Amino acid sequence: MALVTFWVLAILAVASAIGLLLRQNPIHGALFLVGNLATIAALFLTMRAEFLATAQVIVYAGAIAVLFVFAIMVLIPGKEETGPDPLRPQRWLAVPVVGFLALEVALALRSGQFQAPPRGQLVSGGIESIGRLLFTDYLFPFEVTSLLLLAAVVGVIALTRRGAA
Amino acid sequence: MVPESHYVALSAVLFALGVLGVLIRRNPLVIFMSIELMLNAANLALVAFGQRHGTPSGQVLVFFVMCVAAAEVAVGLAIIVSIFRMRRRLSVDDLSHLRY
Repeated sequence: MALVTFWVLAILAVASAIGLLLRQNPIHGALFLVGNLATIAALFLTMRAEFLATAQVIVYAGAIAVLFVFAIMVLIPGKEETGPDPLRPQRWLAVPVVGFLALEVALALRSGQFQAPPRGQLVSGGIESIGRLLFTDYLFPFEVTSLLLLAAVVGVIALTRRGAA
Repeated sequence: MVPESHYVALSAVLFALGVLGVLIRRNPLVIFMSIELMLNAANLALVAFGQRHGTPSGQVLVFFVMCVAAAEVAVGLAIIVSIFRMRRRLSVDDLSHLRY
């Protein structure tokens, strides 16, 4: 049963990623991205990462996807990739390169260091265990994250202010 | 129970698709979405490895990756919007000069 769930979610994730690559209109790409993020949230749930699944939906599907849609609205939608592509032959080169990359990763995954004995039971990723770690072992990185977000806010305001810069 | 190697293999496939998107698309917005795809693939692998080692530390790391991704998207989209204001066109191949 768990295996069936995994395969359904995996096929959905890969299909939405391919849809993101192939659609010319960026708003369709954004929709496929939301689908992909939602399936990854479901995959987190199957690994008992409940807090991360919630955060994934709120942060990615909520904030980041809305930001993308706003950006597509501000810029002119659907008109970006018009005109002849001067680098078209080089783009086809990307497919074998990525195929080689996938092969390389697959070979690395089959090597010995990833063959650990399976554990009987998954660790719970509820909000209690995550929060306990976040405010004890990872307190300093957590505070640095707030600084990073502040820097991002200030940077965005400085970049998009009209008349300045 | 699904073995963790399945999740890691899926994350490898999604990461490769993200790389492909960065390489073949010309629209900077779609390139950004492909980068999000790669970040999510890495998150999936982190959670899977955390479960293999029996600790939620991997999930804490994913939490930090999400914060960095949010900051990165905000700054990146601001840069794209200001480039579009300046040049009225949106293709990464136009941006071959390190000045405007």
